[in-house]
Amino acid sequence: MTSQPRADKPAAADAEPVPLTRALRVWRGDKAGGALTDYAVPAHEGEVVLDVLHRLQATQANDLAIRWNCKAGKCGSCSMEINGRPRLACMARLSSLPDGPITVTPLRTFPVIRDLVTNVTFNYDWALQVRSFAPPDGLPPGQYRMAQADVDRSQEFRKCIECWLCQDVCHVIRDHDDAKPVYAGPRYFIRHAELDMHPLDAADRRDALRERHGLGLCNITKCCTEVCPAGIKITDNAIIPMKERSADQRYDPLGRVLRSWRRREGRPPAG
Amino acid sequence: MTSTATKPSGVRARGRAAIGARTLRTDRWWAYPLTTFTVLASFVGYATYAAIANRDYFAAPYISPFYSPCLSFHCGTVPGSHGVPHLGWFGTWWIITPAVIILIFPLGFRLTCYYYRKAYYRSWWLSPPACAVPEPRRRYTGETRFPLLGQNIHRYFFYAALVFNVILTWDAVLGFDFGGHIGVGVGSVVLVINAVLLWLYSLSCHACRHAVGGRINHFSKHPVRYKAWTFVSRLNPYHGNFAWASLIFVALTDLYVRLVASGVIHDPRVF
Repeated sequence: MTSQPRADKPAAADAEPVPLTRALRVWRGDKAGGALTDYAVPAHEGEVVLDVLHRLQATQANDLAIRWNCKAGKCGSCSMEINGRPRLACMARLSSLPDGPITVTPLRTFPVIRDLVTNVTFNYDWALQVRSFAPPDGLPPGQYRMAQADVDRSQEFRKCIECWLCQDVCHVIRDHDDAKPVYAGPRYFIRHAELDMHPLDAADRRDALRERHGLGLCNITKCCTEVCPAGIKITDNAIIPMKERSADQRYDPLGRVLRSWRRREGRPPAG
Repeated sequence: MTSTATKPSGVRARGRAAIGARTLRTDRWWAYPLTTFTVLASFVGYATYAAIANRDYFAAPYISPFYSPCLSFHCGTVPGSHGVPHLGWFGTWWIITPAVIILIFPLGFRLTCYYYRKAYYRSWWLSPPACAVPEPRRRYTGETRFPLLGQNIHRYFFYAALVFNVILTWDAVLGFDFGGHIGVGVGSVVLVINAVLLWLYSLSCHACRHAVGGRINHFSKHPVRYKAWTFVSRLNPYHGNFAWASLIFVALTDLYVRLVASGVIHDPRVF
């Protein structure tokens, strides 16, 4: 259905803006089953999908389950799939969507709880598997000193709002259930990268990343980067650098010989 | 009882939102894989023809990038190659086209390139064809097994590509030498553009970014490497653009030399 202005009132400069009507197709249901349900919801200029979902909830579907919080793209709560693409509902302007029904579904990678709410426990389980910051021995808290140039890279990854859109769109998790126990996903690859690139982190994370967290399963098709609402260059700045660091350790015999030669010569390895 | 072969998986797995459609995307998501497939297939087709043609690759002072450096004694004995400089490393026993001796290196560089991996995983393997569009295969091992495990030696192909860039740059310089007189022909400009694009493609490479400084964590202790890393990091976002531009232009360069060498066109001289 194409959006059409309500024609019962003439537009006037000082009058209330005339709402449009947008057709919504919202998935309603739970783990036992469900279906896309059609609604027609008034919508104002400048609104986002979350606004019309709230209006739908307030006027026509009071029992619609939806997760949301900040309405500013900072909390990562209102993740869902809009016209088949993982997005934050609070950042999806209606004017950016094509005319016609807007299809809204829950994240299709995770088990559904009800309506637009999914169970994202998978991600929190993996969060526990990533070793936390490991400062060097003998350096007490409060004595951490580092140059800005050294932490710029890590700070990019701190912008992550844990909306799980990257995890949702990653085809390794989305299409291959058997990979879930051995593949942490892009959100945790940037967590590894953040710590591995940290100038004061003393842990070597490459073995864990490659052997247990599934870095090799990523085939760098960049969907995680495409959907990231925080604009983090997940693939270019985290996954690929970690693949290269992993190659340093495992797949680069000449480089290893060169670096061991530097150590024998008494020259400190670059680090 | 449902067999393993028919058990729903991926976005249709039990517990996820019950939605029949494999994807709900309404945009032209197929345009990128289709375009990529077409361009890459066209290049592979042309490069295969150009490599096995074994003729029309030298028109003084221009040499096709597909045949430089010419390593066989037979270089110069086929039509359209008279006068080509050659090294003769492969003696007289090498009787097939000399292009295959060298094409393995630039081909390997592009085949293992992080950008092209995205391109051909999406367009040739459909793994996935587009973001939030399911891939057709159930089994998936990513880059953890042979032969895709070999993607980890990308850096070695990068080092080889640098050698070829130097050679092709020298070829571009020789493209201004018209029998001892400096001149400029259209072919001279073509060879220069080809060399510049190949350098941009190589220097924007992720392996280059890692080698010049990406592997270190203390940029503040390595100011020269930090500057080099910063320079490569500025080029890196355009790596995909350089990849396409250099791929297409290297084929066009060969085509130009081929047409001049075969006498189809005459090389216009600027002066």
